[in-house]
Amino acid sequence: MSTKGIVKGIVSNLVIVEVDGAVSQNEICYITLSGTKLMAEVIKVIGKNAYVQVFESTRGLRVGDEVEFTGHMLEVTLGPGMLSKNYDGLQNDLDKMDGVFLKRGDYTFALDKDKLWDYSPIAKVGDTVKAGDWLGEVDENFQPHKIMVPFVFEGEYTVKELAPAGKYTIYENIATLTNAQGEDIQVNMIQKWPVKRPVTLYKEKPRPFKLLETGVRTIDTANPIVEGGTGFIPGPFGTGKTVLQHGISKQAEADIVIIAACGERANEVVEIFTEFPHLDDPHTGRKLMERTIIVANTSNMPVAAREASVYTAMTMAEYYRSMGLKVLLMADSTSRWAQALREMSNRLEELPGPDAFPMDLSAIISNFYGRAGFVYLNNGATGSITFIGTVSPAGGNLKEPVTENTKKVARCFYALEQDRADKKRYPAINPIDSYSKYLEYPEFEDYIKDLISEDWIEKVNEMKNRLLRGKEIAEQINILGDDGVPLEYHVTFWKSELIDFVILQQDAFDAIDSVCPIDRQKYMLDFVIDVCRTDFQFNGFLEVMDYFKKMINLFKQMNYSEYKSENFYSFESELKKLIAERA
Amino acid sequence: MAAKAFQKIFTKITQITKATCTLKASGVGNDELATVNGRLAQVVKIANDEVTLQVFTGTEGIPTDAEVIFLGKAPSLKVSELLAGRFFNAYGDPIDGGPEVDGEEIEIGGPSVNPVRRKQPSELIATGIAGIDLNNTLVSGQKIPFFADPDQPFNQVMAMVALRAKTDKIILGAMGMTNDDYLYFKNVFSNAGVLDRIISFINTTENPSVERLLIPDMALTAAEYFAVEKNEKVLVLLTDMTSYAEALSIVSNRMDQIPSKDSMPGSLYSDLAKIYEKAVQFPEGGSITIIAVTSLSGGDITNAVPDNTGYITEGQLFLRRDSDVGKVIVDPFRSLSRLKQLVIGKKTREDHPQVMNAAVRLYADAANAKTKMENGFDLTNYDERTMAFAKDYSTQLLAIDVNIGVTEMLDVAWNLFSEHFTPEEVNIKQELVNKYWKK
Repeated sequence: MSTKGIVKGIVSNLVIVEVDGAVSQNEICYITLSGTKLMAEVIKVIGKNAYVQVFESTRGLRVGDEVEFTGHMLEVTLGPGMLSKNYDGLQNDLDKMDGVFLKRGDYTFALDKDKLWDYSPIAKVGDTVKAGDWLGEVDENFQPHKIMVPFVFEGEYTVKELAPAGKYTIYENIATLTNAQGEDIQVNMIQKWPVKRPVTLYKEKPRPFKLLETGVRTIDTANPIVEGGTGFIPGPFGTGKTVLQHGISKQAEADIVIIAACGERANEVVEIFTEFPHLDDPHTGRKLMERTIIVANTSNMPVAAREASVYTAMTMAEYYRSMGLKVLLMADSTSRWAQALREMSNRLEELPGPDAFPMDLSAIISNFYGRAGFVYLNNGATGSITFIGTVSPAGGNLKEPVTENTKKVARCFYALEQDRADKKRYPAINPIDSYSKYLEYPEFEDYIKDLISEDWIEKVNEMKNRLLRGKEIAEQINILGDDGVPLEYHVTFWKSELIDFVILQQDAFDAIDSVCPIDRQKYMLDFVIDVCRTDFQFNGFLEVMDYFKKMINLFKQMNYSEYKSENFYSFESELKKLIAERA
Repeated sequence: MAAKAFQKIFTKITQITKATCTLKASGVGNDELATVNGRLAQVVKIANDEVTLQVFTGTEGIPTDAEVIFLGKAPSLKVSELLAGRFFNAYGDPIDGGPEVDGEEIEIGGPSVNPVRRKQPSELIATGIAGIDLNNTLVSGQKIPFFADPDQPFNQVMAMVALRAKTDKIILGAMGMTNDDYLYFKNVFSNAGVLDRIISFINTTENPSVERLLIPDMALTAAEYFAVEKNEKVLVLLTDMTSYAEALSIVSNRMDQIPSKDSMPGSLYSDLAKIYEKAVQFPEGGSITIIAVTSLSGGDITNAVPDNTGYITEGQLFLRRDSDVGKVIVDPFRSLSRLKQLVIGKKTREDHPQVMNAAVRLYADAANAKTKMENGFDLTNYDERTMAFAKDYSTQLLAIDVNIGVTEMLDVAWNLFSEHFTPEEVNIKQELVNKYWKK
């Protein structure tokens, strides 16, 4: 007999329910409002009163309306068929909903009930298996989707029967497992998992070390992120957060990309819906949408579901990681998620922490980032979740709770800067304030030396030093004037401008320049560093500027040309001539 | 409003604050409307048998034995073609002396559009103002505010944009507007002979401030009717959203909510997003475009209202007086239209994106040169040329009194480039230079 209750009080989407039995924290319940059922989650219990946050508008709800508790927490349904779907924050399939407007209480199934999947077994009869182990495989959009022992299974099981290779729906049994008590349990292709609980079915979680190529020079070259790494992008509005995030999700070398559009603009999600089905995956040549899942809880959708959306996305990422795949999870923006927490905490009349955010914000953020990572699965295969979140700091001020708490846990920091954005120096990532902690990992250093070249990190550091030096000189020139500083200061400054224009800046809207593979990045950095190490002869600072402007222009033409094409080489030889003039 | 037979009447008010009153009542739905001695109010909180009402006109003079009648519905608007050409107050009642509008009654503040049912905006809205069309191109289905200090001519520019844009309906939602500005809009629209495609919902400074909270939802409910049912292109003007946010903070304060930044309620972001996200392009051709005004205090955009707005809207427009040329210009540095990428170089000439960026970059160089000059340093020849360019650029393109087509704007820009610079200094893709550089 499940617990029931009746509505006692309503403030916006916080509803107080008097219950007739046991309820648990975070349990899901449904409130009946003139025939439709509204989903809600328990967030506080006092005596017989359960405080629930409703995932929908509560307009018209009355005292006395009935509530039914489900006995489980917020869960997602996991199985083949999630790729290329568009979900809301509660994993409802948005495409299955009727009508232009979202209707209250319209919940749709996340997977396809009738689709037949091409299945082949991996395990053998007699194998001993436990939760997360691979039983078989289906082909999901050309990804090897593993059918696993459900994550909720405890202890060891023996495989008693396995379905032969063939076509099955998600509901058909593909295995019979026997538990320690000798009971037989049927397994099909779907399973459920509570979103707020991390999936930890792996053997080991080492420090991540493999470069995750994004095709963005200011990331890969200057501050690389790794497979299983974490990063965050704070920035005032209008500094190009979203363009950068979309770029990374289009280009990154990942098997699966999950985009959680959390409390952001609907038109940005529409851009993904519209563009991804036409874009080719630069790594496989297939369509980008085939490897992408979108969890869209835009800013006008119910606030409580916004909080759930990031967990929904993370749980799906953990599911694919358990198959030994490289998952990239992007959340735009984690500030909106924190604001959803704040709205609720406020309605619960909790004592507020800094900026009225809940006191446990820091713990919530660090637990969430902690779910990302590179893992060795029980069978020795590797999988990863790389997580990049954006932060929208109020007033562009980085000294606010969400940014500060994220900074404690994320290993890469990409500081978008208003000043660079104003000067149209995109991506507007400040090269000096940003960092990647992975550059300091010895295991990463070994990996990158092997992948690119022995002197790569040395050159990257030289580049950063030159940028810092350039910035210092710019400040001095501002104070002392052009002729108040020695001539070689101008040369050093313009060398740093060269690095900025050629390496750091990148045109996200140009078909060629927007994606820069790592070998091309190496080519350009080598070339630029060579120029920086060259001594040039000048007779006055005016010559310096004109000369470097010409050089920058030619380098940019190179960036716009197809790599190693005729054009590319002709600009290069022009450049070499120009360099020879003064070297 | 007269009581009808099925309506429940209550007369025991237990608590009164400046904006709310609380009474014992049962069978009341959340968000439901009521009248308190004839004044309109809305349910904002229910705790057991205690119902709290927000009284829109304020609670001055409300007695504890006031007659409270629950109307059994949320605020609503009757929609039909007859709305066109009419002026209404915040409750959707006519204020132009005309008859009540007949039509289907729709609850305002309705559900959101399913994101997968939206279409990507792709239609350029031409305004003739180069500071907008060239640098910050508007697209139908976009939402964008003017960030402006109260002394700037944002209402004039907005009226100009509204009249030049090719739309089927213009809906004006005025919140805390001065009566003078209201009459200005009324005049401009009737002089242009377009009153028949304009619908106005007006809350002036003379009306109670809490009433404003209904204005955006009223305007957008009407907009949705024309965009969804009639597949029309609707332009919604909301001015001033800062007044709206102030009304929100008054109510949340009276409800004892813990304020967050700048005494605004913690839900400010969601409250504003619910309004702005009504901007949409439907696949059937209808669209809602929102141009709003967020007034600033001393140009401070870190205040909670402009800050949250900036994260919601698709860009923002800044006006600035350029003292070098003595004209009001659309500031190219701080203004941004996020959707321009969807049309520039696609619906306009191929060189648009690069010309736009190059011009702004050179204008930035001019600003640096100006700083140098002000600090008493010698200017280089390049510095002098950028400053000369900046003046021409300001007068011929950025000023709000410019009214030309986009292709002409591009040609003007190329003219200025060749007049003041060499191709290397302009830094544009070679093939475009070969094609468009004026020799």
